[in-house]
Amino acid sequence: MFGRIYAIFQGRNREFLRDKASFAWNMLLPVILIFGLSFTLGGDRNAYTVGVLQDGEAIVEEQHPFLEMRYIRFVPIRDKDDALIKISRHQLDLLVEFGDAPRYWVNPDSAKGHFVELALLQSDSNTPARIEKEKITGDAIRYADWVLPGILGMNMMFSCMFGVGYVVVRYRKNGFLKRLRATPLSSFEFISAQVASRMVLITGITVVVFTATHIILDTRMEGSYFTLFLVAIVGAISMVSLGLVISARVTSEELAGGLLNMVNWPMMLLSGVWFSLEGAGPFLQNLAKVFPLTHVLDAARSVMLDGATLAEVAPSLGALTALSAVFIGIGARVFRWGPF
Amino acid sequence: MVMMTTVLEARNLVKEYPGVTAVNGVSFSVPEGICFGLLGPNGAGKTTTVEIIEGVLAATSGEVYYYGAPAGTRFRQEAGIQFQNTALQDFLTVRETLEMFRALYDRKADLEPLIEQCSLGELLDRDNRKLSGGQRQRLLLAVALVNRPRLVFLDEPTTGLDPQARRNFWDLVQNIRAQGASIVLTTHYMDEAQILCDDIAIMDAGEIITQGSPDELLRRRYKGLIIELPIRDLTDDLRQIEHTVHENLGIVEIVTGDVSASLQQLSPHVTSLNHIKIRQPNLEDLFLDLTGHSLRA
Repeated sequence: MFGRIYAIFQGRNREFLRDKASFAWNMLLPVILIFGLSFTLGGDRNAYTVGVLQDGEAIVEEQHPFLEMRYIRFVPIRDKDDALIKISRHQLDLLVEFGDAPRYWVNPDSAKGHFVELALLQSDSNTPARIEKEKITGDAIRYADWVLPGILGMNMMFSCMFGVGYVVVRYRKNGFLKRLRATPLSSFEFISAQVASRMVLITGITVVVFTATHIILDTRMEGSYFTLFLVAIVGAISMVSLGLVISARVTSEELAGGLLNMVNWPMMLLSGVWFSLEGAGPFLQNLAKVFPLTHVLDAARSVMLDGATLAEVAPSLGALTALSAVFIGIGARVFRWGPF
Repeated sequence: MVMMTTVLEARNLVKEYPGVTAVNGVSFSVPEGICFGLLGPNGAGKTTTVEIIEGVLAATSGEVYYYGAPAGTRFRQEAGIQFQNTALQDFLTVRETLEMFRALYDRKADLEPLIEQCSLGELLDRDNRKLSGGQRQRLLLAVALVNRPRLVFLDEPTTGLDPQARRNFWDLVQNIRAQGASIVLTTHYMDEAQILCDDIAIMDAGEIITQGSPDELLRRRYKGLIIELPIRDLTDDLRQIEHTVHENLGIVEIVTGDVSASLQQLSPHVTSLNHIKIRQPNLEDLFLDLTGHSLRA
């Protein structure tokens, strides 16, 4: 069995590595995005999210004019320490507490935080500002540090899902799968080989891109490289498996593209690649947990930004492993070799 | 009397699609060591039949037996298959393709003799995408042989090849057979079937309409030769001429056991004998007789 898996694995690797255009694109896309966001666009996101430290759920706008400003999302916060971590990780632009002694916290390295701070100070212009600025303790994290795992994860997601999904549909359409069907190769062996091949290739690419950006941009890395590598491998397996489930029976590239996009876009938006889901409703936050990318990014950011240990990211790795098992099981069961 | 071992037996195969019965109760058996031909026009159901046997298509009903047992794991290990249309992986060389397929089997052929047998020596480092039609067919045949198969399926293997490439391919097939493998060949080329096949079944509209060796089928149907002449050279209605007569594409065909007598009888009814031809009946004639339409229709 392993000989057959290795044969298909090796064949797929060669096909991928020799297709120079696809290979180059897989390497270049994340680099362009990271450098583009870091240098050209200033590397910050567009939405303003402000935490309001209070006991209740409802934010009373009347307590301060700042809370009536448009284009700012106000999120009730109860745990100050947790909120300060989110400020340092660019998940919140500002934390504010009204009451007898109004005060606020802002990340000095956050461009958005700076503008929201100005808005706060200007919002009560009728009276002298009576709000105190508090320092946040610990290192503030640059947006580039925060977004790097997101971009690497997103690239991994597209490469795993489209790379495998389209290839399987193409194999099915052009009869290559039918040819393999006429050999002793089982659907489980074929799927395992595809998962292993893409996992090795995308992990290799991710390692190269991570190393390059880490050296050039001096991005933050608090935890163990081994743990991060493990997160990448387990995450890649999970996303390739999802791509295989989607393409298990599809015979048209157009349909495959539509189905993959239908999963990829919500996954990209809800997994926290570009912005945090802080303040989103519980339904969206729970829905995000269905997607492998959410667990990959949670684990990767914990390792890179907070120095989380293997034990601390074990729940995310467990979730990814469980998702992979479900996806591979369904994929092998419903897999179709031919168009009929 | 020596009993020949049966390699393959198809029993009452049926394949139904919505509104269409592509294969309707097909049964046949293939004795060990022969080349069995499945003939028929495009759409007759021969590829569907073969793909059911190969296990790549599920039958609506019917069974397939390999050496007396339901076709399964042993069949997959011991059968070599060349499909009518097979894509290979892009960017792989001929050698890498052979090595990859060879690794899928427990039974493995030695690659060097196989490469020589299929004349692939000069092409080993060439990308699959850069092979000509004949080179590609030779590679696909080699892929079908990487497991030292006891039974080889060749589905329309020479379609699209030039005459020389076809003849080279026939030599290869005879070579494979000489090495002891049994062959199931589907084709719509009658010359190919007559040269390569020991036994044939002719299919039309999803059913086998006749079966036997090519010579036996022709002997059973025809007692004599065929005289051909253009219809424009005839002066009278065909019904006035005795013997079995067909008309096809402006040519009148007269089947006769006595050519001299037939020519004498014809002479008052023709304006010229310059375009007359006398030939042996072939499988194309047989199919025309049996179905009323051409094999390549």
